[in-house]
Amino acid sequence: MRIRLISLSIMTLGLVLVAPTFVSAAERFPTPDFETGYTLPSTPQPAPRAAMWEVIDTVTLLAALVLGAIFALKLRSRRAITILSLFTIAYFGFWKKGCICPVGSWQNVFQAMTDPTTTVPTSVLFVFALPLIFALFFGRIFCGAVCPLGAIQDIVILKPIRLPQWLKHALSLLPYVYLGIAALLVYTGTAFLVCRYDPFVGIYRMNGPFWIIIFGAALLLIGIFVARPYCRFLCPYGVLLSWASALSWRKVTTTPTECIQCQLCEDACPFDAIEFPTQATEAHHHGLKRLAGILLLLPILLGFGFWTGPHLSNLLSKMDHRIQLMAQLELENSIPAIEMNDQSAAFRASGTSLASLQQEVTELQQRFKTGGHILGAFFGLVIACKLAALARVRTRTDYEPSRTNCLACGRCFAYCPKEHEQRKVGSSRKQVVSYSGFSHITHGVGRASPYSGSACIATDSPRAPGIPGSTSYNAKILLPKTPQENDE
Amino acid sequence: MNQAQQTNITRRGWLRTALRTIALVGLGGVMVGMVSRTKRLCTKVSSTCRGCAKREACGFAPPRTLWQLDPTKCIQCGLCATSCVLEHSAVRCFHTHAQCGYCKLCFGYFEPGAKALSSAAENQLCPTGAIRRTYIEDPYFEIAIDKALCIGCGKCVHGCKMFGNGSLYLQIDHSICLNCNECAIATACPADAFSRVPYAEAYTKRANGSSEA
Repeated sequence: MRIRLISLSIMTLGLVLVAPTFVSAAERFPTPDFETGYTLPSTPQPAPRAAMWEVIDTVTLLAALVLGAIFALKLRSRRAITILSLFTIAYFGFWKKGCICPVGSWQNVFQAMTDPTTTVPTSVLFVFALPLIFALFFGRIFCGAVCPLGAIQDIVILKPIRLPQWLKHALSLLPYVYLGIAALLVYTGTAFLVCRYDPFVGIYRMNGPFWIIIFGAALLLIGIFVARPYCRFLCPYGVLLSWASALSWRKVTTTPTECIQCQLCEDACPFDAIEFPTQATEAHHHGLKRLAGILLLLPILLGFGFWTGPHLSNLLSKMDHRIQLMAQLELENSIPAIEMNDQSAAFRASGTSLASLQQEVTELQQRFKTGGHILGAFFGLVIACKLAALARVRTRTDYEPSRTNCLACGRCFAYCPKEHEQRKVGSSRKQVVSYSGFSHITHGVGRASPYSGSACIATDSPRAPGIPGSTSYNAKILLPKTPQENDE
Repeated sequence: MNQAQQTNITRRGWLRTALRTIALVGLGGVMVGMVSRTKRLCTKVSSTCRGCAKREACGFAPPRTLWQLDPTKCIQCGLCATSCVLEHSAVRCFHTHAQCGYCKLCFGYFEPGAKALSSAAENQLCPTGAIRRTYIEDPYFEIAIDKALCIGCGKCVHGCKMFGNGSLYLQIDHSICLNCNECAIATACPADAFSRVPYAEAYTKRANGSSEA
């Protein structure tokens, strides 16, 4: 090492003697005059992916959403939705390699909304808006089969378990936390958190940081039992989609005609997104009193969040590279023994004044503080809304998919006895239907034995007496017939 | 009771429709606003859009932005080689022959203190042997980067910058770059040298600050 250094310094010395104009790099050695007629080659400029591909990607997204809506609302076919999911994994996942996806694109739009100097390419705008527009009309079609992150989790659902309600509700707050923090970091220009911690992009690229692939693989492993953990308990774009979906014009329905309270759909749904019939068991004024209590709590939660928010954002500001640089420079200036790191060395070499960086950092910290207040208040609002939603008792007569939580995967369709009745009107062919959790119906166990594997039952159930219009439906008539009966 | 339920549903439905309309109008507003801002900003910067085909960056089509490494900020820390999401980084070394001094003792090619100015492996600076040297005439050699071997470590760039003309520089090869929404090298770069630029400007920055149309 020492020999190398010495030889380097000798060479440098020689160079300084040879080239007196050491100031500007470009002027050191002029291009020689070649005698053999040598022509200077030009620098290659490898072309990026053709711009046409962005249009193709956007149109493909639109087409996939249209197909998804048709499959979920019109055809009502789980098989078609599965095929679309596989296409999504192949195209938006492995072929397009994950970027740019709607789950991350909201950050670009949010950045452009908060920073007037930035722009968003139109293709990114469409990638952001199309799933939301479809959610406003048809529910979370995007989640069902068009999202590459969702699709890869959907195919690994093998043994879904139902989480305890308290855990489910607690975890369902996480996407709001993630959304809020990611939005703050976009607002301050620190990071695109959602892109950085996209768990499945490494799998789609078959490349990437080790820990992110481990994170993705771990989520997929959890996803075998807890269906779609990222979608339900992390995805920030899912929050926006659930807001849009709450206002949707049409929505996925389990039954094509009417609900017969057979409860099969609730057991079919691995996402716990089927809302079951409830009855108001208390006096109206009790509910009002509780709601009033939560409304009183709202300003307290908002105020607490507003007050504590900057403490959180102050922690988050440590992620920002400019604030890190400032801290490092201050450290170096106060303690001479501290060695320069690459960042501070590059900053000192760039010739930017410390005062301008200081000013930038001060503005940035102000931004973090303002953002922290808003973030805290947002968290307070989210908690208050969650409490209000939990406290609200709605009288519901039927089993139906939740407007906000239903991911439009279509698993429940085939479980609905009415669906089979409907299909039989068109054709009287024998149908093979997969039922799971079927036994408890006949045994009257109720909701105690969900997800108990699936049994393949060939049914060609003859029109059971009393089905049409019957509300007290005896599920026993769905029991498989013996082959002899089927052959009739 | 039935009547009451009927009105209740209608009220909820009406509210939903109203909110949906507001959401749609808002979403449309955001989109129109963003597109018009892109147009406005693009006409502003059009004087600096070097060699830009108008369709790419100004108004008609929105600017397609690509990541660019600013070689004037680059400190050749070596993180480009290791931080990219791709195993073989999309950052590669580029060489502007027009700026090359065709030095006999090329500090981009030779290891400091090389025993001989020959192309023997122990004399070469490049860890992967990605710099090819071809004889032109005495005493000049042309050097060229083998992109398939280059890992973007920037060792040669550093040598050329310190002792030569700075004709070697690191840049993103866009035929390889995935154009991630958040570039992993950009977040790792200590010199803050990465930024998004319009498509037409992706290769315009040079190490010594000059630009090529």
